[in-house]
Amino acid sequence: MADGDLRAAVAAGVLGAEELYAQLLRSVVEVARAIFGAKASSIFLLDEEADELVFAAVCGEGEEHLVGTRIPSSTGIAGWVLVTRQPLVLEDLANDPRFARDVAEATGYVPSGLMAVPLLHEERALGVLQVLDRPKRSRFTLQEMELLGLFANQAAIAVDLLQRAREARAVLQEDESVVARLAEAVRALPDEKREAGLKLLASLESVLRD
Amino acid sequence: MAEPEAPQVEEEEEEELPAWSLPADAVERIGIPVEWPERVDREWAWGGSTGKGVKVCILDSGVEAGHPLVGEVAGAWAVSLGEDEQAIVEEDDQGDQCGHGTACAGIVRALAPDAELYSVRVLGAGYTGSGPVLLAGLRWSIEQGFHVINMSLSTTKKQFAAVLHELADSAYFRRTVLVASAHNMPVESFPWKFSSVVSVGSHELDDAFTLFSNPDPPVEFFARGVDLDVAWLGGSTIRVTGNSFATPHVSGFCALVLGKHPELTPFQLKNVLYLVSDNVGGGRG
Repeated sequence: MADGDLRAAVAAGVLGAEELYAQLLRSVVEVARAIFGAKASSIFLLDEEADELVFAAVCGEGEEHLVGTRIPSSTGIAGWVLVTRQPLVLEDLANDPRFARDVAEATGYVPSGLMAVPLLHEERALGVLQVLDRPKRSRFTLQEMELLGLFANQAAIAVDLLQRAREARAVLQEDESVVARLAEAVRALPDEKREAGLKLLASLESVLRD
Repeated sequence: MAEPEAPQVEEEEEEELPAWSLPADAVERIGIPVEWPERVDREWAWGGSTGKGVKVCILDSGVEAGHPLVGEVAGAWAVSLGEDEQAIVEEDDQGDQCGHGTACAGIVRALAPDAELYSVRVLGAGYTGSGPVLLAGLRWSIEQGFHVINMSLSTTKKQFAAVLHELADSAYFRRTVLVASAHNMPVESFPWKFSSVVSVGSHELDDAFTLFSNPDPPVEFFARGVDLDVAWLGGSTIRVTGNSFATPHVSGFCALVLGKHPELTPFQLKNVLYLVSDNVGGGRG
């Protein structure tokens, strides 16, 4: 494979990852909404560099064009959930005048009820998933809380995996000529040496990650 | 801004004994005048107590003072990180940045109406610095000699676990009870799992005084945490669910017990909570 072909393949991979990433986030909010029969669901992801939460996907009520809006990472309900790593379920939120005003300004939709759960994978806190206005039943149950936690866990694993892939691909894109040469060198190795070459690369990766 | 007035810590008598041993002639001097009944029940544990004289610290998002369900907040401080990454503790006039701290304060107030409530705000300074801020806020709160510290916060960062462990143990030996929300998501988190703290999860019953001891730790107690009305911002009330609302119930029970039995250590207090749990026998059977 020529350098140009490899570069094209890497670029296609990165583009594919972006598309896949958006699809995944969209799928997470859609499934969350469906599980709870809620009016809407949204996801905030942590931008560690800016130390802010970014409105990353929404479905149902709420404004799609607000995707990309940023909010503080440690205030408000989403900030509290992110920092404390504790899920919260809140009803009658419209009673809180500040919440109603702030949220109306931010999204144009004021939910009366909200479930918020942190997206955690291993040591990382990735963001906050919100499920808005589930139908009011007589009482909330711990079973629903558990379901919320289990789903958030699954979503967090997927988001973490894709985030890491994106980061790796971004690095690959930046350094594509070096990586492309390396990949070509490994590809060109005879079969009996390729395994050793791959092992060497794995060791290198582990050293670089430490 | 005035210097924050730290809560008064009772002066302890000067230590006369060697720290790690007990000479024979000192045995008489360490008598502990406490009478345990044949059976510890709620009447013995907190009958007649209102939590008076007990200082309860809400380590959270701040507390809205003057909320009808909270009343007076005896002191409020905020923890942040300075430019040199050193923690700064300042008097706090920002109130509550979320609503959660106010909810916790209201729950403690409802159970222990005469307890003194203090707020130490460890949220609002960003996510990135939240670990060091939590550690600094907890350390400072322990140094102030609060009797009970209510904390819903946990961290998943292993780098903070050892320091949190030391802080939890130091609180334990200083007779400060740390009451921490258990984390019911499938990740490793701290400090609720440490044995020197009292960890709390939720039960589903609609009664503020129902308490269960968990025979299968690490979560040690279950208190009311599902679908309850709590104080929120702007003088409002909302309906909530979460372990973080069960926790201040147990902080309230601790305030009631310590209001009546101030001599109890955190270990003994935890035992009293166990003995008065509804599933143990000292409850209301």
